[in-house]
Amino acid sequence: MSVGSELTGLTIAQARDLLDAKEFSAVELTQAHLERIERLEPALKCHIEITPDVALAQATAADRAIGDGDQSPLTGIPTSLKDVLCTVDSHTTAGSQILKGYRSAYDATVVSKLRSAGAVFVGKGNTDEFAMGSSTENSSFFPTHNPWDIDRVPGGSSGGPAAAVAAAEAMFGLGSDTGGSIRQPAGFCGVVGLKPTYGRVSRFGLIAFASSLDQIGPFTRTVEDAAIVLEAIAGHDSKDSTSSPRDVPSFRGSLRTDLKGVRIGVAEEYSVSGMEAGVETAVANAIEQLALLGAEIVPVSLPHTRYALSTYYITAPAEASANLARFDGVRFGHSVDAPTIKEMYERTRGEGFGSEVKRRIMLGTYALSSGYYDAYYVKAQKVRTLIKQDFDRAFEQVDVIVAPTSPTTAFRIGDRIDDPYQMYLADVFTIPANMAGIPGISVPGGFSNDMPVGLQFLGQSFDEATLLAVAHAYEQSQPWVTMTPALQ
Amino acid sequence: MTLAATELEFRTVIGLEVHAQVLTQSKMFCSCSAEYASAPPNTHVCQVCMGLPGALPVINRSAIESVIRTGLALGCTIPPYCKLDRKNYFYPDLPKGYQVSQYDLPLCVDGQLTFTSEGVEKTAGITRVHIEEDTGRLLHRDEGGASVSLVDLNRSGVPLMEIVGEPDLTSPVEARDYLIALRQILRYIGASTGNMEEGAFRCDANISTRTADGSIVGEKVEIKNMNSFRAVERALIYEEERQRKLLAAGESIPQETRGWVDARGVTVSQRTKESAHDYRYFPEPDLPPLTIEASFVDSVQAALPELPAARKARFIESFGLGASDAELLTLERETADYFEVAVGSTTDRARQISNWLLNDVFGLQRERGLPFDAFPIEAQQLNQIVELVEAGDLTGSGAKSLLAGIEPGENARAVAERLNLLAVGDSDVIRAAALETLTANPAAVADYKGGKKAAIGRLMGDTIRATGGRGRPDTVRAILEELLSE
Repeated sequence: MSVGSELTGLTIAQARDLLDAKEFSAVELTQAHLERIERLEPALKCHIEITPDVALAQATAADRAIGDGDQSPLTGIPTSLKDVLCTVDSHTTAGSQILKGYRSAYDATVVSKLRSAGAVFVGKGNTDEFAMGSSTENSSFFPTHNPWDIDRVPGGSSGGPAAAVAAAEAMFGLGSDTGGSIRQPAGFCGVVGLKPTYGRVSRFGLIAFASSLDQIGPFTRTVEDAAIVLEAIAGHDSKDSTSSPRDVPSFRGSLRTDLKGVRIGVAEEYSVSGMEAGVETAVANAIEQLALLGAEIVPVSLPHTRYALSTYYITAPAEASANLARFDGVRFGHSVDAPTIKEMYERTRGEGFGSEVKRRIMLGTYALSSGYYDAYYVKAQKVRTLIKQDFDRAFEQVDVIVAPTSPTTAFRIGDRIDDPYQMYLADVFTIPANMAGIPGISVPGGFSNDMPVGLQFLGQSFDEATLLAVAHAYEQSQPWVTMTPALQ
Repeated sequence: MTLAATELEFRTVIGLEVHAQVLTQSKMFCSCSAEYASAPPNTHVCQVCMGLPGALPVINRSAIESVIRTGLALGCTIPPYCKLDRKNYFYPDLPKGYQVSQYDLPLCVDGQLTFTSEGVEKTAGITRVHIEEDTGRLLHRDEGGASVSLVDLNRSGVPLMEIVGEPDLTSPVEARDYLIALRQILRYIGASTGNMEEGAFRCDANISTRTADGSIVGEKVEIKNMNSFRAVERALIYEEERQRKLLAAGESIPQETRGWVDARGVTVSQRTKESAHDYRYFPEPDLPPLTIEASFVDSVQAALPELPAARKARFIESFGLGASDAELLTLERETADYFEVAVGSTTDRARQISNWLLNDVFGLQRERGLPFDAFPIEAQQLNQIVELVEAGDLTGSGAKSLLAGIEPGENARAVAERLNLLAVGDSDVIRAAALETLTANPAAVADYKGGKKAAIGRLMGDTIRATGGRGRPDTVRAILEELLSE
């Protein structure tokens, strides 16, 4: 096989076989991606930092490992890391001016795992500032553009790595999902995005947005690739007390192509007013397709879903208001000299944080304030329990739940940036999974107005195996995975 | 209306909050060394205790165990479930912008501390004992005319426990004695060094004043910045007087926080209730709640050492010691342990061992500048020396020389022989020394013969000295009496 642009169109599984067969080298694979990045980045801006030197050094090492027969499933595979993951050999900014130029003294656990698996880091993917947003427009550096239509957003907050995978700048990406920040951009960009169960993947080295909700997961072009990446990054980490000690099964081994005996739930609550008609049609078609594959479609009720968005916007900002307190200009990052410590804090944070981050810090501070704590924070935790109980009850009847990933396809850049509530609504179907801690995946589910529609599956805690198996069966029965954006 | 202070009968109500550093090898949430005091600034730090982005805490089990041990030593209940919370505030010595502490579900609740104050046994309630992390330290310097503040994060994340007492104390001296007893227990159980100078044991006091009939009740005032037991007592005496004067003058006492200024001997207002912090406590999402197994609590309880009060009582009971000697021997666990090893199975020798330990061994310890837990001779050697004295094989002065000369691992009798310290029973040697003494002391001889029998004491002393301190006192006395009766 000749070295060319077709190298960037492969899945991880395909590239693995060809790398191991020495059809091409990891350096050639990496160079093909770096060339594509160079060509596409001016229009797409998926990355805050591109790291060709790091990538080529890793690719060279990967070729050596392959030569020694010492490879793992990700050896030599180019990847884009959302810039909230700490890396020692590039900057880590969380999309914020307050961390501009910051270098982490240590690698996140997922980054260490990918390093030892031999993955190749092509760059740090763009993100809404501190992962707060649904469009990547809140990045304090620049917005990322959707590869299917560069006038549209890629979704967010992990819009950078989502768009990078859609545009084949990387074979997979890692994002973080606090309220839908993997699944929603995956849906907008027509790729696979998986939010694992809370506790499945270590959060150590992930710059925290909301600690009880954050979870790291992959962007890939296929469900099989998502299974491969999840196997590489999952597992207990002694540095994260909330990571689960459960064994990590072979997710790839449980993939299947039919759905006989599988019960799939459909919840009426996953339909809201203002939904895009094409999205509703795509989801209805998908449900039909699932039935054709042998699944039993079961109506389920998740009555507290409608409170998820509002309780999320209490819980997540509350935790964020504390998590972001460390950005004070004392030890690292942006710092403004001032006559008093109070002024130093105010000016450092006033200049360093963008308006959405400030809005959420204020929301969270208010929700935790004396006199309001019980009415907001405590109440939200109670509702959170109810949302989880909804899912527990539903999963007594079904194995997975199918739903749209987002009410609409990707919107135009600038359309919602001045209306935070409309922006928040983009996550209305993804937030409940974070509140309940359960895993969710978005897979390409067709098109509406020429833009990809995301189809979401939600699974039981720590049963990513079933989730991936169902998503894979659906994906394999559809043409969407073969369709790619027409980029020059 | 103004009343003279003397017309009103006042009551003082004091409750103490103690912060004690928990003695552990590593910090509370990371593996950095907790030994911060002697290290150069910012050398015992990592991403966790520096609060770097992305870092997460992992709880130190040994710190939890020490706090539970403290709770059990104070008679607390250990609830089966507790959690950690974030206490939010900005300060340069607090790297995360929040302190991990415990708000509504602490590790230990409902205990009490029994202590002696001015000879009377008192009991004060312990509301709770909870765990939290210490902050870093700020160093304020003048550099080239500009005053700068430097941050040292070596102390950041060192485990700390807060022991909150009920407002059961009624006077400054009681408050001091409560603290002394509490510190003693913490040291006994190895939960804290209790070192106040190093900041390992800090105290805030809440004090309020009311009249005996309850007709006037002042608000609670919190006093901070007291760095010694003496400072606590002085600050509370000052504050008690200040509050009484205000109430007597018909003024009210606002709820506030005041700082003790040791050099001036006064408290000054720092913060009023209105400007109090809203710490916005909420559950720490990075740490799952802790489930404390009853079997774990039982094992900690079973491993609790005998506490000072019980040990003192047993020393009095089992060894026939006086109360003050027993008190001195049990002040520190190391001393009491040493004493018990020295006594061993020779219980009838305990009082003599106590005397030698409290006077001579401690004297030697001070003389050599040794710390309280380093003894100049081995416990077994002390027993051997006392045995030699009791057998009459060693005089008091011989024993003192032996104490000073014996090396670790040596046998007391062998050293006494080598150093020629063993008592002399040879009557010829003593007779010669006695004759010499009588000749040199005609006045004492005359006194004795004139009926002042006590004069023999001086003659004995001189005779023993003439034998190089080695003459057996009983033999010396017998020979002197024999010679004087001639």
